[in-house]
Amino acid sequence: MTDTKKASFFSVGMIRGLIFMLGGYAAGLALVTVIRLLMGLPAFLAWNPSGNEYLFTEPAWVVGTIFAPFAFLLGVGVLTDWLKVMNGEETAEHPTDAFASGWRRYLSASYDHKAIGLQYGVTSLVVLGIGGIFALIFRTELAQSGMQVVSLQTYNTVMSLHGIVMIIGILLGVGAMSNYLVPLMIGANDMAFPRLNAFAYWINVPAALIMLTTIIFGGFDTGWTGYPPLSQKAPLGMDMFFLAVYFAGLSSILGSLNVIATTMRMRAKGMGYFRMPIFVWSALATALIGLTATQLIGLSFQMVLFERLFGMGFFTGQLGGDPILFQHLFWFYSHPAVYVFVLTGLGVISELLPVFARKPLFGYRWVALSSFGIALVGFLVWAHHMFTSGMSAYLRIPFMYSTLLVAIPTGVKFFSWVATIWEGKLSFETPMLFALGAVSIFLLGGLSGPPNATVATDLHLQDTYWIVGHFHATMFGGFIFPFFAFLYYWFPKMTGRMYNERLGKIHFFLMLPAFYVQSLGQMQVGLLGMRRRIGDFDPALGIDMQQMLITIAAFAIFTSVLIAVYNFAYSTKRGPVASSNPWRSRSPEFMLPSPIPLHNYPQPFEVIGEPYDYGKPGAYVSIDPERAPAPLEEVAPSGAEAAAAGAAD
Amino acid sequence: MKNRLQKATHLIIASILVIVVTALLIIGMNYIRILPQAASAQAEPIDQLFRLELVVIAFLFSLIVVFMVYSIFVFRRKRGDTADAAHIEGNTKLEIAWTVAPLATVMVFAYLGGNALAATLAPEPKPLRVEVIGKQWAWSFVYPDYGVVSDKLYLPEDKQTILLLRSEDVIHSFWVPEFRVKQDALPGGEDFVRELRVTPTEQGEYKLRCAELCGLQHTYMESPVIILGQADFDSWLNKAAGISDDPVVRGEKFATNFGCLSCHSLDGSKLVGPSWQNMCDGSETMADGSTVTVDEAYLRESILNPNTKIVEGFAAGLMPAQFIDPVSKKPISDDQITDIIAYMSSICR
Repeated sequence: MTDTKKASFFSVGMIRGLIFMLGGYAAGLALVTVIRLLMGLPAFLAWNPSGNEYLFTEPAWVVGTIFAPFAFLLGVGVLTDWLKVMNGEETAEHPTDAFASGWRRYLSASYDHKAIGLQYGVTSLVVLGIGGIFALIFRTELAQSGMQVVSLQTYNTVMSLHGIVMIIGILLGVGAMSNYLVPLMIGANDMAFPRLNAFAYWINVPAALIMLTTIIFGGFDTGWTGYPPLSQKAPLGMDMFFLAVYFAGLSSILGSLNVIATTMRMRAKGMGYFRMPIFVWSALATALIGLTATQLIGLSFQMVLFERLFGMGFFTGQLGGDPILFQHLFWFYSHPAVYVFVLTGLGVISELLPVFARKPLFGYRWVALSSFGIALVGFLVWAHHMFTSGMSAYLRIPFMYSTLLVAIPTGVKFFSWVATIWEGKLSFETPMLFALGAVSIFLLGGLSGPPNATVATDLHLQDTYWIVGHFHATMFGGFIFPFFAFLYYWFPKMTGRMYNERLGKIHFFLMLPAFYVQSLGQMQVGLLGMRRRIGDFDPALGIDMQQMLITIAAFAIFTSVLIAVYNFAYSTKRGPVASSNPWRSRSPEFMLPSPIPLHNYPQPFEVIGEPYDYGKPGAYVSIDPERAPAPLEEVAPSGAEAAAAGAAD
Repeated sequence: MKNRLQKATHLIIASILVIVVTALLIIGMNYIRILPQAASAQAEPIDQLFRLELVVIAFLFSLIVVFMVYSIFVFRRKRGDTADAAHIEGNTKLEIAWTVAPLATVMVFAYLGGNALAATLAPEPKPLRVEVIGKQWAWSFVYPDYGVVSDKLYLPEDKQTILLLRSEDVIHSFWVPEFRVKQDALPGGEDFVRELRVTPTEQGEYKLRCAELCGLQHTYMESPVIILGQADFDSWLNKAAGISDDPVVRGEKFATNFGCLSCHSLDGSKLVGPSWQNMCDGSETMADGSTVTVDEAYLRESILNPNTKIVEGFAAGLMPAQFIDPVSKKPISDDQITDIIAYMSSICR
């Protein structure tokens, strides 16, 4: 391991990665340009952004952008061990990080799932912050009618980037939660594939950078959904958008694979599936979706890329293609994707409520299976995004039925959450506040769904701000609020210190009402006739007050997040030292010291009770120092279960 | 330890609060602008469904939030109490109930939704056909049966129009909020024309705004939509087609187009057929010696069945048995004949 004090700047993975990435661009540009010169094709263009000309040809830029992330990964060091294996060299069972601690550790390849979880988490906050700034730009524009702040072209690009950057930020946050928690919760010392884990994290960095380069290359004006024919005619930035999504999607697929393998093969002795912490169920359901659906967005974008580069006609009617085909392919992933965004957050809610209510999770098995129910039904509903697209008119009916069906497993979760806290003994530390807030916001988002599911009412609602209100509420309730609950709750385990409770409450009490104002405002203006993806609204709609309020709410939300980020940054270094189990949780990771040591559990533990048996004597895991093992008559059944589960492993 | 009476009391109070909050929400929604004025027949089943959905949403929101807020106030942990709460793992009957009841509810809504959709698609015989063409970044409207092209959408009140939507470049979408229904306009040619049926029910001026992001000027891709009473609409349509409001002027045009004036003079001179001037005294002598009154029925018969009554001094078999409109390629219509008769009457003044 390198001595952190004397290590050179260029031994930091991120720095090397960025330098190599530039090399990757150069190599790709050079390769295609030389080939074109040899073939007698035009190889150089002027630098004329308004004419969509960027010195090199479009194919050259595309190949350069494909080489760049691989070059980055080579530079950051996540390919090193695999290249060694290819060469027949020895590699360690579990690779060691280049740096043991400090900023250099987190800016280089780390193979510890907890460090990777933190890398995901911090990157997520940065990316969400960038997406938030984009939102504030066009929310400032939309505060009043007329164009005061940006041009329509800038608006289109900033709005489109806001969408996809937030999605990438959410995927990173989901990665943070899954990666950090799953091995700890099942008693494993790391993920099944640590090197794959590092690879899957680091691919997001060049992906995010490529996404931001769209701005240099003329932006793109299609929204994150990239529908052709508009996306076929868009500037060069459109290609960068497609490729960035491609690489971010690759991360999603590989990370999902890791979670599935880890959960299936590395659970502690006695931990049958129905004795896992509930979060693992939602992480598993999320990973199953991520593993199987993500390919479709890559495919649909690749086909548009081929239309642009090779003149193929998949989605062009005059060439025998069909623009609606794109929408089917795109939404086949992008609908299940929204369950990827929210299921882990809903798992965090299920995880936290029992602890802060001192009461078992109501109907654990039903809650566990509801995540799978949502994942399964989520694959059957995609065309509800296309009810006005010109798809087959009567095919809309079965999709309406299937979409409404998703409400059933979702409802099971809501009722279970309420039943968990009912007659509990509630305390309201910041993580609990965010969990409760998440429930009410996700409820608002979820209830605004059925009018969209019902085709007749969707005819009015599609492509309006009602939809914008619906998905912001579901995203905030299913991801943003639970993500903050996750960060506050596990902060002591991650850093060994406690965050500031007063600032945490200020964050919550600013963010929740502001979000309600934003959400209800968006839903109302959409019903009254405001379309989505517009940079200016018609004063004739009579929604001026609502627009101003939504903008103010957006700024309030952003401010509250800044308070949280300050809280985390300050408390990491200067917060009071935290105990190992400030929440008196039964979960195994709280039996370890704070911060959690490098390889988690020094000895494997055994499951000797149920995860949420608050109100009963007896521990969940054999390493719980605060609870004695359950009285003898209860040990026997769990012992037999443990033996059976152990044998099944 | 909570006894059963205490537990039941909590449930009863919370349930009452749910009903109260639901009622407050429903009443409150009447004081907020939620939907724009409904101005189409298709809006009716849609708005009915909206109202029902909002009621159910109000109830479900209250149900969860009231129980949550009740718990937050009533089931707080007392300071210093480190004991856990009651060990309640679940209740299978409750799980089944809150799986089956929502299932039944959504199935009912799906059924109602299907009916409402069918209602918006219900066709009427002989709707007005209007082609709607979207292109970056303006709409144009073609009335193919009248040869009219317009940049504003004029439609008659209380009559179904079938909009035939298409695009010349990227995907656009037709939406007038007051009509509720929406449909994308697709590029790609004839195979991609999509229909949308609209029956405007309120006269007035509305706005069509493109509802699918279509590039730079999507924000401003708008057109006025003007709903007129049938008479005013016909007037506009005629004017737009270069057709006069005045039946006499129209009649003169038809008399020329159908070739009447090549055989019938206006000033009394004898051509292939009788001069129309000769009918101004109200009667005409036939070849067989009888006299007929020149009224509308006689004139109509003369045009449609010219050989039934021949005027004295003229031959049968000369006037064509069928007149085809050279513009529309259709046989002469009753309305056209009415206009010609009006014109014929006018030369007598």
